[in-house]
Amino acid sequence: MRGPTILKATDDKTRQLNDHTLLAFSGEPGDTVQFAEYIQANSQLYSMRNESELSPSALAHFVRGELASSLRSRNPYSVNLLLGGVDPITNKPSLYWLDYLASLAKVPYAAHGYAQYYCLSLLDKHHNPNISLEEGLRLLKLCSDELKRRLPIDFKGLAVKAVTKDGIKAMPFDEDDKVVRDT
Amino acid sequence: MASGYDRALSVFSPDGHVFQVEYAGEAVKRGTCAVGVKGKDVVVLGCEKRSAMKLQDTRITPSKIGLIDKHVCLAFAGLNADARILVDKARLEAQSHRLNLEDPVTIEYITKYVAGVQQRYTQSGGVRPFGISTLIVGFDKGSTTPRLYQTEPSGIYSAWKANAIGRSSKTVREFLERNYKEDMDREATIRLAIKSLLEVVQTGAKNIEIAIMAPGKPVEMLPVEDIESYVKNIEQEKQEEAAKKKTGRTPGTGTAAILTRSAQEES
Repeated sequence: MRGPTILKATDDKTRQLNDHTLLAFSGEPGDTVQFAEYIQANSQLYSMRNESELSPSALAHFVRGELASSLRSRNPYSVNLLLGGVDPITNKPSLYWLDYLASLAKVPYAAHGYAQYYCLSLLDKHHNPNISLEEGLRLLKLCSDELKRRLPIDFKGLAVKAVTKDGIKAMPFDEDDKVVRDT
Repeated sequence: MASGYDRALSVFSPDGHVFQVEYAGEAVKRGTCAVGVKGKDVVVLGCEKRSAMKLQDTRITPSKIGLIDKHVCLAFAGLNADARILVDKARLEAQSHRLNLEDPVTIEYITKYVAGVQQRYTQSGGVRPFGISTLIVGFDKGSTTPRLYQTEPSGIYSAWKANAIGRSSKTVREFLERNYKEDMDREATIRLAIKSLLEVVQTGAKNIEIAIMAPGKPVEMLPVEDIESYVKNIEQEKQEEAAKKKTGRTPGTGTAAILTRSAQEES
């Protein structure tokens, strides 16, 4: 795909909030990083002050609160977020979807922006509540292939990170860079 | 002013003292003892814990050693309640520094900040000085050099190889001066910290708290059982030394206990 604009391929659009929670963001450049790092600093400050880590659900509600008060200020952040984490006590994983209007939803899978028009149907068809990490990565590959085939921009692929009970790690993904034409 | 009292607290006395600051220093001397010892690539903080009352839940009683950031540890002597405020300010500054500069604070920076706050409270109206001294330890990012700083109520800060603050800090400091060696390993550093504390803590392991910091690692609070084994080890060594001395001496000289007033009512 050729076009007048190019995407930066090596931009990390995630921030780690604590050992087991990751925040991914999209939206107005500048706003996104500023807001995500503000949230990151505050969650770390909470951990230092209280000698305990916030759960993913607590963080999600905190972020929603901050977004909601930002929305009603003179210059609101326009940031869309996905927050994924594993509760350190129950070891249960969870995913939260937030948009710049401060909607919050706990969801099994999620996407933001144009991607959701291409991916949600795939996710809906293939996702199941007990999906394993390998199956999840395969499903993500289906999504990535779909985007490569159909997005009207030069799509450079995905940066993939996995949040597990042992921490957050970057996953090798789509390194051969081939689009599967028949699924 | 109708009250008849001079309400300005932090003003000079005619001979050049600021009494409120000096009184804050007295509050520090009444607080429980804390020591800090630097080793080759480790730094240890030790604290005298106040003995808990029978019905007190020791598990959730706050400690005198606190984390400012993942790589900075602070111990204090003096008024516990004042320390909470100061520690909170330091934690906020540490996170704010991370957000604005994309780097964790250096130990010197956060010490300067803490000392700065303490100084401010000696020169502004309507406040009283912090009744605490602090020991701030840790490792700068990407460095394996241990750091140990002290701050005082007046806002003075200073760097040390080993130091003590609080009750009987003079005794402990003199002990450290006699026994400190350069480039101690982890074991020797912990041992020296505990041994120095034992100079003033009579009740042994259950009233001692030890925190250990190593480069790039989270702070480690030494379990009570480990402290106990160190204490036992040290006491055994002391006895052996005493026995050795005794054999060289004529019996019947100078073993009677000298009764002194107990320091139990101090915090």
